Amino acid sequence: MNQQEKTLNHLPLNTKGIIKKINCTGTIRRRLLDLGFVEGTSITPVLISPSQDPRAFSIRGTLIAIRKEDANLISIH
Amino acid sequence: MSHSEEEEIARDYICFGNPNCTVIVVDATCLERNLNLVFQTMEITNHLVLCVNLLDEAKKKKIRIDLDSLSKELGIPVVGTTARKKKTLHQLMDTISQVCTEKNIFSPNKITYPTIIENGITKLQNVLLREFSLSTDLARWISLKIMDGEETILQSIEENLSIDLLNNHALQEIKKEIRNDFEENHITENNFKDLIISTIMHKSETICGKVCTFEDENYSKRDRKIDQILTSKTLGIPIMILFLGLIFWLTIIGANYPSQALFSFFSWLQEKLFLFADFLHCPGWLSSMLISGVYQTLTWIISVMLPPMAIFFPLFTILEDLGYLPRIAFNLDGFFKKCCCTRKTDDYHVHGIWL
Repeated sequence: MNQQEKTLNHLPLNTKGIIKKINCTGTIRRRLLDLGFVEGTSITPVLISPSQDPRAFSIRGTLIAIRKEDANLISIH
Repeated sequence: MSHSEEEEIARDYICFGNPNCTVIVVDATCLERNLNLVFQTMEITNHLVLCVNLLDEAKKKKIRIDLDSLSKELGIPVVGTTARKKKTLHQLMDTISQVCTEKNIFSPNKITYPTIIENGITKLQNVLLREFSLSTDLARWISLKIMDGEETILQSIEENLSIDLLNNHALQEIKKEIRNDFEENHITENNFKDLIISTIMHKSETICGKVCTFEDENYSKRDRKIDQILTSKTLGIPIMILFLGLIFWLTIIGANYPSQALFSFFSWLQEKLFLFADFLHCPGWLSSMLISGVYQTLTWIISVMLPPMAIFFPLFTILEDLGYLPRIAFNLDGFFKKCCCTRKTDDYHVHGIWL
């Protein structure tokens, strides 16, 4: 994976991003897709856990919390 | 597209159990996300009722859903309910009975996938219809699953319909042809699923845009404010300890009173029981075994255990209903991860926590 590619982890709180690609396979990918993490979807990190990880993202009208290691798999525009 | 065993069983029943009617219950406050399930179920069966529940919650959040146009968009009957109010359920029952007795025939507006996939579906569908006796809808669904190539679903199709998909010669030929077509268009197994799901998602988005109106943007802002406090770095954990501490305090201290009351009631009853045993001229060894033994042990356990449980669980349920538990999970996830970093159980690994 390209080192410079921007992932969800680089998105500051309350800043909107657009999902570009999901860089993983298997069950995690399926799960993310079913939760609505599809190319072109806008996503905004809105909450951060006291231990800094995970963060909660507002996507398609709901809040979903994702850990850093998983958020790293999602690249954004 | 199922993730767990119970979902698989539900899917198999809808697919092969030939149900008279399938009711899909969705949450009115997040219709868009739920429509995904509706479209997937529409692939399998025509006998559907969509039940949009939690209309009261949606009303509170100032979300208005035009159920009639939703029904038109989807091509299936849609009923709005507030499950707490029994009255709203009558209409649901009526609609279900209409679908079961086939008074009204509905034809769901199925998803139309990108042309390349639709071409594949048509080819496979034709072969399936020629080779096996299937309904067109079922053939369409099986075609999709064949292209998807997921073993478990194909196996359960074979078992339940007793047809031989994997060894059918004509089918294999067409599959090869489609695979070539796909390769020319850069569709691999992975982005095939993406295409399917994103088509569904975009369709859901469009429909929701048409039928839902959000009248108050501020409501979610207020929700968000509360969330920010509950999960903030300084206050999140103290609030959590306070909440849980309060519950434990109420349970431990509060349980003393009913415990005491129960205990004195049972002791009073025990004396009466001894008198009753004497009256019956019951031998001493028997009455002491039954009353001092069985009765006393049982009632002690009840008076010690019942009150705390009767207090703790309802309180905990209230926390759950308030949606506080996912926030706790959110706050503590970092610590959990540290504790379990060596354990590689996939079960524990929560990939998405609903808030």
